[in-house]
Formats: sequence, C-alpha cells, structure tokens
Amino acid sequence: MKEKDFKRPDGRKIDETRKITAKVGIIGNADGSAMFSFGDTIAIAAVYGPKKMHPAHLQNVAKGTLRYNYNMISFSVSERIRPGPSRRSMEISKISEWALEPVVMTDRFPGTVIDVYVSIIQANASTRCAGINAAALALAHAGIPMRDIVSSVSIGKLDKQLVVDVAKDEEDWEEGEGATDIPITMTSDGRITHIQLDGKIETKQLKEAIKMARKACKEIYEIQKKALKESLEEK
Amino acid sequence: MRKVIIPGEVIVSGESYLPGDGTEKRGNDIVAIKYGLAEEANKLVKVIPLSGVYIPRRGNLVIGKVENITFNGWVIDIGTPETSFLPLMETPRFVNKNGLDEFLDLGDMVVAKINEITKRGIDLTTKMHGLGKIEKGITMEVNSNKVPRVIGKEGSMISMIKDETRCNITVGQNGIIWIQGNNVEDELFAKKAILHIVEKSFVEGLTEEVKKWFEKNRRGK
Repeated sequence: MKEKDFKRPDGRKIDETRKITAKVGIIGNADGSAMFSFGDTIAIAAVYGPKKMHPAHLQNVAKGTLRYNYNMISFSVSERIRPGPSRRSMEISKISEWALEPVVMTDRFPGTVIDVYVSIIQANASTRCAGINAAALALAHAGIPMRDIVSSVSIGKLDKQLVVDVAKDEEDWEEGEGATDIPITMTSDGRITHIQLDGKIETKQLKEAIKMARKACKEIYEIQKKALKESLEEK
Repeated sequence: MRKVIIPGEVIVSGESYLPGDGTEKRGNDIVAIKYGLAEEANKLVKVIPLSGVYIPRRGNLVIGKVENITFNGWVIDIGTPETSFLPLMETPRFVNKNGLDEFLDLGDMVVAKINEITKRGIDLTTKMHGLGKIEKGITMEVNSNKVPRVIGKEGSMISMIKDETRCNITVGQNGIIWIQGNNVEDELFAKKAILHIVEKSFVEGLTEEVKKWFEKNRRGK
C-alpha cells in the first residue's frame, strides 16, 4: 500500500501526533507535578521526595531509588476497570521506571526514595507514553537533578504501514497483518531509554520506526520544554 | 541576564566557564541538571532552583520540630530526607540527662544551625545567640526556594516587614518562619505580608511592590 493511499481513522497524517498539551505545577501538595495529554489520553503525574526510604531494609546505600506508580483510574475508559494494581499496571510501572532511571541522578540521594505517581484520568491508547512524558516534567519540576528530559511516543504498524502516536481505534486494527504497537522513549539527543515491541515487524521497518519516533520525540520535547519555561515566566 | 533553563539544556559553551550548583560540564558545554533560573557571575555558571525540596547546607539556620527524644539528644524534623539530630552537648546551658524534656519536649519548635552534614544525617547546634526553643509567637511554612525572596537583597525585604509590622521575624533556610510580635494581630499581618511576597515572588522590583502593598493595607486597617 502506498503512503498516500493510507487513511487513518481520524484523518491524521502518518507522522502526525494528536494534539499535545502539557502543563506543569498542577498539584499543590506535591513537590513536583505535571499533566500531559495526547488528544483524549490524559496523564497526570505527582512527584514526592527525595525522602527517606521506609522500611529501612529497602534502602540502597549506594544510590537513591526511583519508585514509579502507574494507575489507570476506574473511569478512564468507557468500560469501568477494577481499581487497584493489576498485572498490566505493575508491568507498566516497572517499564516506565526503567525508562526514566537513566536520566534521573539518583546517585546524589543515597538511602532515599523518589516517588512518582502517575494517574491516567482518560485513556485512548498510548497511556504509558503520556505517563512517562508527564513524569519527566514532574521530576524536573520537583527540582530533582536530571541529565536530560525524556520524551516518549508510540509507533504503530497498521497492516504494513507505520504511523505515529497510536489511538485506540488504530490499536484494534484487524485488516491485513493487524496492529503492532511500539512505544519508544528517548532523550532529547535521541538516545533510547525504553523500547517495547509487541507483535511482528521486520528489522528494516523497525529501524524506520525508530527514525519516526526520533522526529516525533523532538516535537514532544519542544512542547515539554515550552511547558516548563512558561510555568515560570507567566508568574 | 537570568533565563529559565531545563535539565539537559546547554547554558553556555566555552572553555573558560566553570560549572556551579545545578550544572555539569560536558565537553565544552555547561549543561543544566536542574530546572530553574540560570545565572552567570565571574565565569561561574549556576542554576537557582525555584521548586522542589529543601537541600540542607552547612551553616544554614533552620527551624524544626522535636520529633523524638533519645538518651543523648533530640531528633528534629526540618523537612529533609535525612534525619537531623541535636546532641545534648550542643545546648547553650547544662541539661540534666534525665530531664531532656525539660529543655525541649516533643512537638516543641526550635531554632538551630546546621553544624555538620555526615553520611548518617545532619548534626544541629543551638550554641549561639538567638538559637534555641521557640517560646512564643507563630510559625509558618513557605517553599524553601522562596526564602531568598522573603529575606531580600541584604535583608532589605525582611527588615521592611519587621518595621512595618513591629514583629521579630526569624527565617529558617528550610522555609519555616517564626514571627513574634506584641499581639496576635501584628503576627497575622506579618504572615499575610510574607504570603503576599511568596505569591508575587516572580515580579520584578518586588521590594517596591511590597512597599505599595503595605501602604494600601495599612490605610485599610
């Protein structure tokens, strides 16, 4: 299928993300907080700490711990989901934690913990990417030393066509080879901290997917940067 | 000039610059590792953070709450991840080992200075003039990053509030402020003034702005 002939359900171009909004400092009681959304997918993140790790046996004397909690609110999808941790949310928490750990300088806070709570208040696919983007903003807002800001985007393969920022109706693609979802997280200079692949893709096409992610992440990074800068300048 | 900077952003490039607080040298670039305002003075580049938790420094004046009493001192909560400890030896007068709570009891507020920061935690002292237990007045909390604004350039802001409200004010670097006045009305007025400063902390010419605020609110009183 030719690129031009391919039509996405919502009429977007293949390399076009949904409308992105980002805002910093939304939760007064947190040390740092942020909101990030891809169209209808909205994630809010709150950061607490660094604070002393309790219980003490979980303390790491060499470096601090980053604790990420991904939670989908029960009303975030049209069919109510059971609240509380699930297999899926625990897996995403761990994955997101690994995506952020390379940029957070935890070695400066031995024996402490930085808690990141991410809530998905409205979901329309790509929730983990929105969560990571919000968490990166919230961590910066909390004044935690970071090497860089990470940006995350999901690349989808619908049948044979690669698209940027998968929406729910695209995730359920059934024609041809079906849908493959590839969430990718990278730093502002394009180094990958997280990549997941669920499905089938050729090596050559995967390389192309990374190239697309690099371009989309650059756009997301600019929006994140703008959100952080504006939150200080408007006051 | 000051500009807003985000982690990973290059502040300046060049051999001759030195990395200060909140920055890192990567090759020839000075890169920010914190979110805040970048400032350059005498080739030293630093980032002033405007949000986040209090990071203790040696010699800081802090105000904390007695959290626990041990056999040889007090555990004080000053809002840091590390625990801070005030040893019995660091009190200005003799304290009986069996009556630690007579000098400082659980829940008491205390003004102290950071003596030393070790791997185990923070050591405090009260062996100086103006330090010790808070007997009267009120305490309030602001974000520790706003403390320089409350104090102002060479203490200009804080002395103005003191003059206007006739209150004695001690500002802890950890963001806890102790206000002591002749009556509660004065103290609450001082609190209101400080909250106003915190809210307007990004305004240029803040001292002028606060001066105006005082004029307006004095008349109404």
